[in-house]
Amino acid sequence: MRVGIIRFPGSNCDRDVFHALKIAGGEPAYVWWDQKDLSAFDAIVMPGGFSYGDYLRAGAIAAITPVINGIKEVVSEETPVLGICNGAQILAEVGLVPGVFTVNSNAKFICKWTDLKVKTKRTPFTSMYKKNEVIKMPIAHAEGRYYCEDIEKLHDQDQIVLKFEEENPNGSMEAITGVCDETGLVCAVMPHPERASETILGSKDGLKFFKGIINY
Amino acid sequence: MKYYAQVKIGLKKGILNPEATTIQKALALLEYEVKDTDTLKIIKFELDEDNEEVAYKKVDEMCQRLLCNPVIHDYEIKIISK
Repeated sequence: MRVGIIRFPGSNCDRDVFHALKIAGGEPAYVWWDQKDLSAFDAIVMPGGFSYGDYLRAGAIAAITPVINGIKEVVSEETPVLGICNGAQILAEVGLVPGVFTVNSNAKFICKWTDLKVKTKRTPFTSMYKKNEVIKMPIAHAEGRYYCEDIEKLHDQDQIVLKFEEENPNGSMEAITGVCDETGLVCAVMPHPERASETILGSKDGLKFFKGIINY
Repeated sequence: MKYYAQVKIGLKKGILNPEATTIQKALALLEYEVKDTDTLKIIKFELDEDNEEVAYKKVDEMCQRLLCNPVIHDYEIKIISK
């Protein structure tokens, strides 16, 4: 399973994702933002970071780079795409998932472990969890408050992937912190599964995100 | 023709603005009691187009494609001939 990890100037979770994919049994490779052809890959991960310094809005500038055309192309061929943190913000800016991840309600950068509920297992990344399973993964963002115009549609089409359990640290609508497109193949999550992929890190609850890619 | 363009970007009505809330609270610390605080972003640049209408259309396109996120933003464009 060849997995492309997209790198932009300012990406900083690329090597962690590489490591997690290796542990999960995949064959990861880095992809620079100017690459247009992603047909060599079976899956794509957009890691976290601060692409283009978060200028304008988090993810806005990465959203217009050539690699995005490559992503749109492989999405149309049913290749799974996972966006983590800044990667999630980029997917929302592109419009590959509905809504936006914007400034946290307390206007602060929040970096902490959170309990999360897996709301659907129809994405490849959550296929190995149980529905409503509570897992532990960290968040690290200033712009993660989820907002969308048509929340009913998300419910109707089973597009809610992750929700904060008990507390809602960033003020997200209905505590949502992970969504997918209508097919379930494009998934955007603010928490970091790669930072919860080994016991030594404090939790390995996130590893199944990557194992799910390999098993897809 | 050279034109100055100014794009004023704000959040749509009803969208939470944590920056504005924080500023309003800070003003209250200085004992200034104000209401309805808001923050806007202004982006300015120069462009060369045939006429004002074309310049406006071009800038509007830029807003849709990059400068704004239509889910949360409203924007206002001002075009001034140089």
